[in-house]
Amino acid sequence: MSDESDKGQPPNVRPSLFLERQSYRRRRLTDAARLLPFLGALLFALPLLWPDKSSGDAAVPLSSAIFYIFVCWGALIVIGLIFGFVARRMRTPEDPDTGAE
Amino acid sequence: MATVNVLILVCLGYVVFLFAVAFAADRMAAAGRGKWLRSPLIYTLSLSIYCTAWTFYGAVGNAARSGLEFVTIYLGPTLVMVSWWWGLRKLVRVGRSQRVTSIADLLSSRYGKSNTLAVCVTILAVLGGTPYIALQLQSITLSFSIFAEADPSGLYREGSSVFWVAAGLAVFAILFGTRNLDVNERHHGVVTAIAVEAVVKLFALIAVGVFVVWGIAGGIAPMMERIDASEIGQWHVDAGRWTTFIFLSAAAFICLPRMFQVMVVENDDESHLRTAAWAFPLYLLLMSLFVVPIAVVGLDLLPEGANPDLFVLTVPLSQGNDWLAMLSFIGGFSSATSMVIVTAMALSTMVSNHVVMPIWLNTQEGTGSVSGDVRNIVLMARRVSIAVVMALGYFYYRLSGGGAALASIGLVAFAGISQILPALVGGLFWRGATRTGALVGLTVGFVLWIYTLLLPGMSGASMPESVLQNGLFGLGWLRPQALFGIEGIDPIVHSVMWSLLLNTIAFCVASLLSFPSPLERLQGAQFVNVFDHSVAPRGWSGSVAQSEDLMIMTQRILGTGPAQEFFQAEAEKQGGRSHLPEPTPAFLGRLERELSGSVGTATAHAMIGQIVGGSSVSVEDLLAVADESAQLLEYSSQLEVKSSELSRTARQLREANAKLTQVSAQKDSFLSQVSHELRTPMTSIRAFSEIMRDAEGLSGDEQTRYATIIHDEALRLTRLLDDLLDLSVLENGQVNLNISDDSLRSLLDRAVSSALAGAGSKISVRRARAAERIVLHTDLDRLGQVFINLISNAQKYCDAEEPVLTISAYDVGGRIIIDFIDNGSGIPPGARSMVFEKFARVGGDKAGGAGLGLAICREIMQRLGGEISYLPGQGGAAFRVSLPLAHRQAAQ
Repeated sequence: MSDESDKGQPPNVRPSLFLERQSYRRRRLTDAARLLPFLGALLFALPLLWPDKSSGDAAVPLSSAIFYIFVCWGALIVIGLIFGFVARRMRTPEDPDTGAE
Repeated sequence: MATVNVLILVCLGYVVFLFAVAFAADRMAAAGRGKWLRSPLIYTLSLSIYCTAWTFYGAVGNAARSGLEFVTIYLGPTLVMVSWWWGLRKLVRVGRSQRVTSIADLLSSRYGKSNTLAVCVTILAVLGGTPYIALQLQSITLSFSIFAEADPSGLYREGSSVFWVAAGLAVFAILFGTRNLDVNERHHGVVTAIAVEAVVKLFALIAVGVFVVWGIAGGIAPMMERIDASEIGQWHVDAGRWTTFIFLSAAAFICLPRMFQVMVVENDDESHLRTAAWAFPLYLLLMSLFVVPIAVVGLDLLPEGANPDLFVLTVPLSQGNDWLAMLSFIGGFSSATSMVIVTAMALSTMVSNHVVMPIWLNTQEGTGSVSGDVRNIVLMARRVSIAVVMALGYFYYRLSGGGAALASIGLVAFAGISQILPALVGGLFWRGATRTGALVGLTVGFVLWIYTLLLPGMSGASMPESVLQNGLFGLGWLRPQALFGIEGIDPIVHSVMWSLLLNTIAFCVASLLSFPSPLERLQGAQFVNVFDHSVAPRGWSGSVAQSEDLMIMTQRILGTGPAQEFFQAEAEKQGGRSHLPEPTPAFLGRLERELSGSVGTATAHAMIGQIVGGSSVSVEDLLAVADESAQLLEYSSQLEVKSSELSRTARQLREANAKLTQVSAQKDSFLSQVSHELRTPMTSIRAFSEIMRDAEGLSGDEQTRYATIIHDEALRLTRLLDDLLDLSVLENGQVNLNISDDSLRSLLDRAVSSALAGAGSKISVRRARAAERIVLHTDLDRLGQVFINLISNAQKYCDAEEPVLTISAYDVGGRIIIDFIDNGSGIPPGARSMVFEKFARVGGDKAGGAGLGLAICREIMQRLGGEISYLPGQGGAAFRVSLPLAHRQAAQ
């Protein structure tokens, strides 16, 4: 976790616009990590659309709801875990947010 | 059946065990051993203080009342942890780089080290924390009462037990949290004990869950059937509450002082977040896995009217499983104690740093330096604060009557502390956020929270019934639970929505309208761009020798040893020999940061300010910082210009050097050629003069012949020397031009007749006389010399059977061009570039020239501002002479 690799750069050298393959992968991985909470929020908001008690017999049984919530939850954890491990393996000096993509 | 006495003994034993763990961990950390104390696992487990007794007992109660709604309290933090890359990473980095001691400290530091703001946040945190602590007291008391009901001795009385629990927890927190004044506010012992408690409560809840699912229900599938058959067996949530609670728990997870304490202040390594990002959600998932089964089984087994908040205890008890009930009791006790300890620690740090210390400093004002042992004062302030906080919790409990459902008290506290969120998020991501904005937003949110949620929630005389029904001053749109006349919203959703919405709007508007102080802008830049520069720009400008005062003060805060170590290191860094460093801005900045680790940013700032005096940053300083970087940029661009200039000069030098080398080589070859040219006639002159001197009886005829040869050779020598002289004069630019006017035609006439005179003119010259009616204004003699040279060259070298020389003149683009073209075989391509060089001769020596003619012509033409060149592709030798028009006047 070091974002300090841009320290030695001479001030007038413009950062390059494109990155080499590994940095590119790492950057996309970060993107994925950033998107994960939105996926989670979406998944957890979905049950609001289900038919509930007020709609009589069509209501979703609680056991299915529990199953759904916990599977989504577990999926988020597993994705976070994978991200954590991959990020650790790729742990080279992190490229600064230079705007290069 | 376990008696109350046994229970008390177990509790005391458990506390002693925890204390031993904390003590051992502190010892290990101090000795530098026990790396695992700083492992991501311990960090993750310490985050579990989010799960309090409210979670332990209340989640089941909540599930029994409203199904899956309880899970929202866990989903919020899960989303926050999963999105650590967005926010938590920055929060932790800022907290570490600024040596922040609490969330109040963070906000105060961000908004210009403002103590007013810190005090506001502290009050908010204490007010928000109080109901929460009351909640823990309630849960412990309730769980005691469950055991007491079955105790035949009847020793138990609720009123006194609450008091003793509160007192016990206060002592516990004081012993744990304020044993020492840590430089970084890190408490390895406490954190380790909390981690142990985290394991205990998870284990207890899972044990009860396993007992319920496999012991009572008989497996997963029957359990699921049972869930669906129960009264909560159908999916039913209120959309507003569902989303609001997820949001609220996420916000509280970030803003709660105790969460900030373990997440940021106690954080040892940023990379621990990476692990906690998945491990903590996993912990939450496990904590909530068996909640619904326990609730459903409790609803099934226990009589109508049993408190669902205590199913975790009563279900095992009703089945006669005393040991499991005891374990469950310990789990709940763990949840309550860990939460109370950390909350008390966090709140006491805030109270002592932002309320007690500033007041104490004020009373010290005027004495110039600080007297008394600050360490003891800080520690005492914290101990008293803990006691006060616990007392507040106790009184809140008594006041509220302890009747409300656990969950709703927790949510009230969440909603209160979440009012910090706009100022916190704004401070981290928006440089335009100002102190005024934060204060206004916080106040608006705080007041609304009290008015719409806290007061109506407290039973009794806290709010008159008339206000609740008809609004403040009888204004209908000010009804606490139906602001602006919008009715029918759940009270918590209503309060959270309005308070946070208006809080955010007020924060943004006030920020946009106000202007931040220089220090605020400085801090704002450092917070928002924390990943770009973690090092603080200079802040202080100490001048006089105040180092000794600073040293005395630091010793009182950090302790003698660490203070001297710090000053020694700083003095060495400055390269000085004395023990006291100069009060440079950089040193003062580092000292402030070091001190803020013990007493908070605002206090440390004020203390140094008291000694060094004066404001630390002015607009000028701020501009100077900006100027410095601008100057740096300019300097580097100047450097770049200079370096390119240098490389240009170097290139020019290299070229000049190459030219010089070439010229030197030319000079050498010139000399050798000249000597060679001089030597040939000299040899024949010497030979014939020797013959004439030594040979006897030479006939007059012979004598004449030899003398003629000597004379010819001498003439040749003279001509050569004349040419050389001429060339040298021309080359040196010493020639004086004799400018006069004549027409081209007459000049050519003279040149032709003079060149062909006496040479047995076998070459015929063709001219277009009409085109030659141009008046020249130039050195006619020199130009004539060029023409003569060209004509006689043609005459000498043209190898055609009937040699013809064509002379044509044009006026092209402002230049006069005169071409001399003969019909011979011309000059071979390889020799063309050489003909204008000195001593260059084409076709051997037959014509007897010195090879200087064309070189002289070139020099002359350059002097006259024109040029002479070889014209290829004309069928024979062709030379073009061109002159600028400036020297011409059209013939009238």
